[in-house]
Amino acid sequence: MSIDPITLSVIQSGLQQVCDEMDLSFSRAAFSPVIAEANDRSDGIYSAVDGSLIAQGSSGLPVFVGVMQYSTRVLIEMIAAGKAAAPQPGDIYIVNDPYLGGTHLMDVRFAMPVYRAGQIFCWLSNTGHWPDTGGAVPGGFSASATSVEQEGLRLPPVRLFKQGVLDPEIYAIICSNIRVADQRIGDVKAQAAALLVGEKRLVRLLDRYGDDTVTEAIAELRRRANQQMRANIRLIPDGTYTSVAYVDSDGVVNEPLEIRLAITARGGELSFDFSGSSKPCRGPMNSVLATTLSSVYLAMRHIFPDVPISAGAFEPLTVIRPEGTFLDAQYPRPVSGCAAEVSQRIAEAVFSALVEALPDRVTASPAGSSGNFALGGYDPERGQNFVMYQISGGGYGGNADHDGLANGCSTIGISKAPPVEIMEQQYPVLYHRYALREGSGGAGKHRGGFGLDYEIELRRGEATASFVMDHGRFGPPGALGGSDGAPNQVTLTRNGIPMTPDHLSKAQDIPLKPGDRVRVQTPGGGGYGHPFTRQPEAVAEDVRLSRYSISDAKTMFGVALKPDGSVDAEGTKALRAEAEAA
Amino acid sequence: MSHQRVIANDARTPSPRQSIVAGIDVGGTFTDLVLFDATSGRVRLAKTPTTLDNQAFGVVNALEAAEADIAALDLIVHGTTTTTNAVLERNLCKTGLITTMGFRDVLELGRRTRPNAYGMKGEFRPIIPRDLRVEVPERLDARGNVITPLDEEALRSAIRQLVDLDCEALVIHFLHAYANPAHEIRAGEVASEIWPNGNITLGHALLSESREYERGVTAAVNASVQPLLRRYVERLADTLAARGYKHDVLVMNGNGGMVSARHVAKEAAKTVMSGPASGVMAAAFTGRRAGMPNLITYDMGGTSTDVALIRDAEPTVSNEIEVEYAMPIHVPMVDVRTVGAGGGSIARITAAGLLQVGPESAGATPGPICYGRGGTKPTISDANLLLGRLNPSRLNSVPGGMTIDHIKAIFQAELGDRLGLDAIQAADAVVRVANARMSDAVRMVSVSLGEDPRDFALFAFGGAGPLHAAAIARELGIPKVLAPSRPGITNALGCVVADLRHDFVQTVNRPLASADIEAVYAIFARQSADGRELIGKEAVTIREIREIRTVDMQFIGQTHLLRVAVPDAMPTREDLQRRFEEAYFARFHVELPEIRANLVNVNTSVIGRRDEIDLSALIDASGRKATLDEARTGSRPVWFGRWIDAPVYWRDHLPLVAAIAGPAIIEQMDTTILIEPGDVAQQDRDGNIIITIGSAA
Repeated sequence: MSIDPITLSVIQSGLQQVCDEMDLSFSRAAFSPVIAEANDRSDGIYSAVDGSLIAQGSSGLPVFVGVMQYSTRVLIEMIAAGKAAAPQPGDIYIVNDPYLGGTHLMDVRFAMPVYRAGQIFCWLSNTGHWPDTGGAVPGGFSASATSVEQEGLRLPPVRLFKQGVLDPEIYAIICSNIRVADQRIGDVKAQAAALLVGEKRLVRLLDRYGDDTVTEAIAELRRRANQQMRANIRLIPDGTYTSVAYVDSDGVVNEPLEIRLAITARGGELSFDFSGSSKPCRGPMNSVLATTLSSVYLAMRHIFPDVPISAGAFEPLTVIRPEGTFLDAQYPRPVSGCAAEVSQRIAEAVFSALVEALPDRVTASPAGSSGNFALGGYDPERGQNFVMYQISGGGYGGNADHDGLANGCSTIGISKAPPVEIMEQQYPVLYHRYALREGSGGAGKHRGGFGLDYEIELRRGEATASFVMDHGRFGPPGALGGSDGAPNQVTLTRNGIPMTPDHLSKAQDIPLKPGDRVRVQTPGGGGYGHPFTRQPEAVAEDVRLSRYSISDAKTMFGVALKPDGSVDAEGTKALRAEAEAA
Repeated sequence: MSHQRVIANDARTPSPRQSIVAGIDVGGTFTDLVLFDATSGRVRLAKTPTTLDNQAFGVVNALEAAEADIAALDLIVHGTTTTTNAVLERNLCKTGLITTMGFRDVLELGRRTRPNAYGMKGEFRPIIPRDLRVEVPERLDARGNVITPLDEEALRSAIRQLVDLDCEALVIHFLHAYANPAHEIRAGEVASEIWPNGNITLGHALLSESREYERGVTAAVNASVQPLLRRYVERLADTLAARGYKHDVLVMNGNGGMVSARHVAKEAAKTVMSGPASGVMAAAFTGRRAGMPNLITYDMGGTSTDVALIRDAEPTVSNEIEVEYAMPIHVPMVDVRTVGAGGGSIARITAAGLLQVGPESAGATPGPICYGRGGTKPTISDANLLLGRLNPSRLNSVPGGMTIDHIKAIFQAELGDRLGLDAIQAADAVVRVANARMSDAVRMVSVSLGEDPRDFALFAFGGAGPLHAAAIARELGIPKVLAPSRPGITNALGCVVADLRHDFVQTVNRPLASADIEAVYAIFARQSADGRELIGKEAVTIREIREIRTVDMQFIGQTHLLRVAVPDAMPTREDLQRRFEEAYFARFHVELPEIRANLVNVNTSVIGRRDEIDLSALIDASGRKATLDEARTGSRPVWFGRWIDAPVYWRDHLPLVAAIAGPAIIEQMDTTILIEPGDVAQQDRDGNIIITIGSAA
């Protein structure tokens, strides 16, 4: 190695800086609240040769870890094959085709070549979640779609900007196929401007250190990320680890989908085999290959967060292509649920498989749902239509260090839930409750975190409710003897009569009238370790704070309490001994 | 109850001319004092250990160390860490919450994410525990209409329940109280009949904006530090009064302004993070006098580095600061960002074989190896010592017989051997990597505030700031570094020079095209009048009143806001549109003629400027030598890629008119300034050292 270690450290931090500035620029200028507030976007630098990931912004949405290296690779291949137009300096491609290295249609990717001395040095690419890309339902999450055409407008890689100038014809086609089109120009310009910010910063870095040195540094950093990931993987004893995770249903056919995973650890490498998983499904809970790979990577990054995100970190991970399963869906299978829900079940399968091998690092399963509840309707007071989205968190899994976090955000996101006051300002709803879901954390030595319990009432007009959630059939699994967290529960009360949707966690367009209510109780996290080994004082504290009832303490944790709420040591001993004997 | 006695000081009036002013800042380790006596033109400084259990002792100690005649003081301005420490260490008073039925868990559920983007672990402790959060029937809708009336019976029983649980402070926080505070106000009246002391905070009182979590946490922080601050300022006022002090004590707020100790506790949350804010105020004042009104402050201490941005001599103030994970305190605060590395940051080799500096820190104990307190990990300070940038004779005064060779051996074993470098090269690598990281962090702060760092000068303070500032400035293309006379007492200086300041925000939230422009003028006028009235009530003489008018705007459909300066109190609609578009383009390089603009907030900051203070007195003119040679204390080899013998000067001896070409070192009691090869240092009339950065190192 000829590059000195200081220059290497400095270039690594410089490349990261380029991406972080792109992230910042994109979020601050974006219109889509999903991008601006929820950071549902990502920016990165990709190899000119094969699109492999060089660096990625640190505030990007976790589900996009690695995704764009596939879309960039596909783009490079399509250009080489003459299937996409050849690039010129200043061109920016737009693409959202899920089957070309993507996620769902709403994640729109831009890619721009960076030229040095007339040659492409690398690609800059970003992806942002647009509020709408057309299709059957506003927002794109149709729980009952059976083909991708119902989900929205699908764009192959085309040059939206040609030599720096927006192509008004392509833009016109896009605008006439999507909802709320008048604001999209803001997102388009923000997304493109972020790439230009990145180019400017990258060029400064290249000018400072020289193209050859930076190229060498990129190769060296990749090699080292690979080594670091291998060193981490060696913490896992060689062997095969299996797990099964379930998606409640595909939204159309009311049967659970199975993710069967066998992870084999050998010599610092891991292979992921999903064979035996369910076949492609009719409804939108299919995953495309890039999203499946990305879900594995993001799970591994949750386990080993200190390995920098670059192609090198992924090299020791081999995902055997899950052909013929719903994790490698082909055109025209609907895929809107892949980024938000299926990805989290894949991550859960990885956690479940590895928690026994890495008990200090991996947690019991988290709630693992984005909790999408959409309410669309007409507000007579304002005289306009509305679409309201409520996303929510759930309990995280207990782990070696402590109890799971209550109401944590989705595994694949880092989004803040919207404030109740803002929701009530904007939509004709009233929240009756926004509370900790008592008793929902899976029992364990370290219990799971608690889910959320909210209930809203439609105040006027009319509306339909749709749900894309999960874990309604089975709660998030506990680990190492811990119990499962409470499953997701949706209850609609219409004309005073409560009902639960057929698919439990998924439903589309259930009509509501004023006074009707929707209550959502999100999953609790899985417990970690046997609940009867939990400190009795910790159980007493949870009861004192009304997180569990006195009878929960007894049945779930084997802890007896005195009338003043303190631990009854004798009674506890007896309860726990009895359970052991049984 | 206790606060009544402080209010009894009300009759005190300012002396007609405030000639003797003391600024006293209590920091984590030291209590610093700056005393300006305008009659004699003298300045006195003192640094005494902070007395943590009762900071008032340290304050008196500092006054005594400076031989101040307390009875003759015209004004004491005080910065305290009482509330900041209480919040960061969670040493809070037992506080109860009364809130809307169905919503007691808002403070626990938050708008939750997780502490780190990667890693599904994480913990969160709500600021008020669940058993002290009680619900009562009442409900307003988003427009403030009553849906469920306030149940006063339930309210009374809730209050008694919290009294019985020994709560010392109370928060009343109802949904949509920003739209209609009637229920909160009524509940406050009922509570004041029952609650045993005055420690009652209403949710809408500090922050009348929607977002129940942010407003609730702000109120909860206020309530749970209020009794602490109240007790403290009262004790301080009594202590000082007992020693003959006749006037009001003013206390620094986090927005860089100050308020009378008599009513500071009412809005106690506003004093959080006031220490860093004072430092930035001192920087702004110093920069204005030096003709460098645009500054990035760079305060590098032992464990961390704070960075802030000053435009046109005004620090950036934000209402949306999150002081730690999921702890938003939405009152106006100087926007000071902590960016990681400090002198004690530890260097290590990662599993990937890369040199990394920080985020782990050796802190004050054991501290860097060179402190001789048992530290064994290589730190930035140790690297500075090995490279000759810090004075090696310092080691003579540390315990444990620490030697350069000992530190070298650790650098060799921990870093050098694994990087293929000798100990000196390894130390150089540590400084270079740290500088690169910090440059990136400084740049990120600047860019996130929409500014290009090259348009600013770097204001270096804190013990280690002036050692690294020139390298960071060079990296960022910043042309000049300003090292003030007394970098180690900047916060205390901030107390002396800080303004009186009141910030007002009024939400309009209308498309600009249909906004009532006359109403905007009325808001500006009312904010101005309110601010002037508040300033008039303070016991401080004011030289001039300045107003900063801004509007927060966005394109319709956006959620982020852009703050736009409005010099004229009666701008036309077209004027606002043009200013917004210009600011937007400057920031994002995007033009959006297709989309209309929204006028969200109308803001005024009313600032009362105090009497000018002559900073040149900070270094005693009589101590200055006639020539540079006389100020020189010697020389020592310093590593700049090779050993170069660099002259060493004692700052207090430097003649005012002198240019020092790097390499050179300037030492003083509280810091060391490094002039790198190619750079030139000069002093201005106040005695600030201005380093002009050369093109290359």
